[in-house]
Amino acid sequence: MILVVAEQRGGTLNRASWEAVTCAQQMAAGEPLGILVPGGGNAAQQLAEAGVGDVLALDDASLATYTPDAYVAAVAGVIAETTPRVVVMAHTYQARDYAPRLAARLRTPLVADVIGVKGTGAATTYLRPMFQGKLVAEVAPQGDGPAIVSCQIGAFRADKVVRGAAASVRTIGAAASAASPQTVEAPFQEARQAVDLGQAERIVAVGRGIKAQDQIVIAERLATAMGAEIAASRPICDNGWLPMDRQIGSSGQTVAPKVYVALGISGAIQHLVGMKGSRVIVAINKDADAPIFEVADYGVVGDLFEIVPAMTTEIEKQR
Amino acid sequence: MKIAVCIKQVPTREWQPRLTDDRTWIREADASFEMNEPDAYALEEALRLREKHGGEVVVCSAGPARVQQVIREALARGADRGLHVDDAGLAAADGFVVAQALAHAMRDEQFDLVLTGLQSDDQGHAQTGVALAELLGIPHSTIIMDVELADGRVRVKRELEGGWFQWVSMPTPALLTIQSGINQLRYATLKGIMAAKKKEIRSVAPPAGLASSLTIVSLALPSKSKQTVLIEGGPAQAAAELVRRLREEARVL
Repeated sequence: MILVVAEQRGGTLNRASWEAVTCAQQMAAGEPLGILVPGGGNAAQQLAEAGVGDVLALDDASLATYTPDAYVAAVAGVIAETTPRVVVMAHTYQARDYAPRLAARLRTPLVADVIGVKGTGAATTYLRPMFQGKLVAEVAPQGDGPAIVSCQIGAFRADKVVRGAAASVRTIGAAASAASPQTVEAPFQEARQAVDLGQAERIVAVGRGIKAQDQIVIAERLATAMGAEIAASRPICDNGWLPMDRQIGSSGQTVAPKVYVALGISGAIQHLVGMKGSRVIVAINKDADAPIFEVADYGVVGDLFEIVPAMTTEIEKQR
Repeated sequence: MKIAVCIKQVPTREWQPRLTDDRTWIREADASFEMNEPDAYALEEALRLREKHGGEVVVCSAGPARVQQVIREALARGADRGLHVDDAGLAAADGFVVAQALAHAMRDEQFDLVLTGLQSDDQGHAQTGVALAELLGIPHSTIIMDVELADGRVRVKRELEGGWFQWVSMPTPALLTIQSGINQLRYATLKGIMAAKKKEIRSVAPPAGLASSLTIVSLALPSKSKQTVLIEGGPAQAAAELVRRLREEARVL
C-alpha cells in the first residue's frame, strides 16, 4: 500500500495534495492507495468522491490547528499501524515543517522535493534537484522502513489524477496524540497585496544579476516599453529594492503571463515554481548554465546591462 | 542565553558543476566554497539576539577539514567559539546523517536556542535542522522571519506560502530554521578577523556507525523541459533578433 498524506486547512484541501496523488499513482505497481487526511473534514470528502483510494480521516482534537508535534505523533501512529511501502506528500511549507521530524522519529528516509520516480517496488529511485537546480540527483532510500517522499510543487500534474468510483470516508482516531508545546496565532498577510501580478499579461522580472538598486531602472524602462509589470526574485525584495508584493515564487506570487522576461535570474526552484507556467519565457543571463535556461523558450547568454537597453530601444523605435 | 548556530559550507553561487568520474559527487578540488546563505542569516540573527539579551553564540558545523574556513568566518563576524564535527565522510552526507553528527556533538552543551538556515544550497534536503530538533528532543519551528525572546519563551514569525505569516510561540530550548532576508547581514571587520584567530574551535569526531539514509546513485545536468532558442550575436544584434522573434514568432509584443 502507498499512503498519501493530504493537507488541509480549515477543511479546505490543499491543491498540491492532488499532485501527491498523481505521484503515488505513478509509482504504484497495481497496489492500492490509502489517503490519510489529518484533521479530516471536507477535504476527506472531496478525496473520497474522486475514488483514488481508501480515505482515512484522522480525527483528533490535537489536529484541529496544525502543529508539528501533534502531526508527527498522529501520522507516525498511522504509519506504524498501516505499514505502507511508501508515504507520499506534497513538498509544501507544512510538509517541510513536520516531515523531517516524522522521518527522524520513525528512523526512515525522507526524500524531499522529488521531481520524478524511476523503477518500482524495492528498486524505486527518485529524482530531485541539488545544488540550486544546477544538477539532478537520482537517490535511493536506504533501510527497511517506508520511505517518505515529498513531491515538488508543480512537478506532478493534478489534472493527471486517475479517478475511480466514489468511496466513503473512514474516520479513525489518533493512536498517539501529543499535546503541543506550541501556541499558534491566526495566519495574517503582511500588507494588502496591492499588485495582483496574476492578472498581468506581460512581466519583466529582475534577479541578483541586476547588482544594484539604481540599475533596476533599466528593467523598468523595458517593462514600460513592453506594457509589462515589473517583478523580482526573492533576494531583490529582501534587499528592499522592490516591494514584497512584486515577488514571484513559492513565498510570493504565482504567475502565468503571456510572456515572462527573466533578467539576471538564475532560476532557483523557489522562483521557478512561481513562473514556469508562463506561455513564453525569455531569459537573459551571463551564466549559460543557469537553471533558468531549462525553462526558457528564448535565451540570450550575455550582459543584461547591454542587451536590455538595446531591447528597449528596439521596441520603442518600432512603435 | 546560550545560542548555537549550525552552518554548512557549500559551493559558491558562481560554481559550475563538475562531477567525479563515477558521477556520484562533485569534484571538490574544482569548487570554491562559502557559507550557506540561509545559515549566514541564522548567524546574524543569533548575533543580534546576543546583543539584545547577552550570552554566547557557538557556531557548529559538520564536515571535512575545509569547513573550518566558514567556522572561522563566523567567528570573525562575532561568534564566540566554534564546534567542528570533523570527518571527511561528512562532505556528501545526507541531512539525517548531518543531524545525527551535530546532535552527538551538541547534546551536552545544553543550548537554549539552536538556529540554522532553512535549507542548504548544495543538497537542499531542508531536513537537518528539524531532524536535529527531534534528536535533541526540543520543539522547532521553520522558515522564520522574526524572533522575539521573553520569559523563557520564544515567539517567532513563521512564513507560510503565498505571502502569509503566522506567529508561533514555544518554550526554550527550541530550534528555529531561519529564512533568508530576515535581517541585514554584517560582514567581518578587520578587528573581527584578528580576534577570530584567537577564538577556540573544538573538533570532535562523529558518532560511530552513522549509516546514510539516502545514497546518491548518480548526478546529472537537468534535462531541458523546453527547446530553448538561444540567440547569438553582439548585444545590439541579439536584442534586435530577440524583439523580432517575440513580435513575429511568439506574438507576445
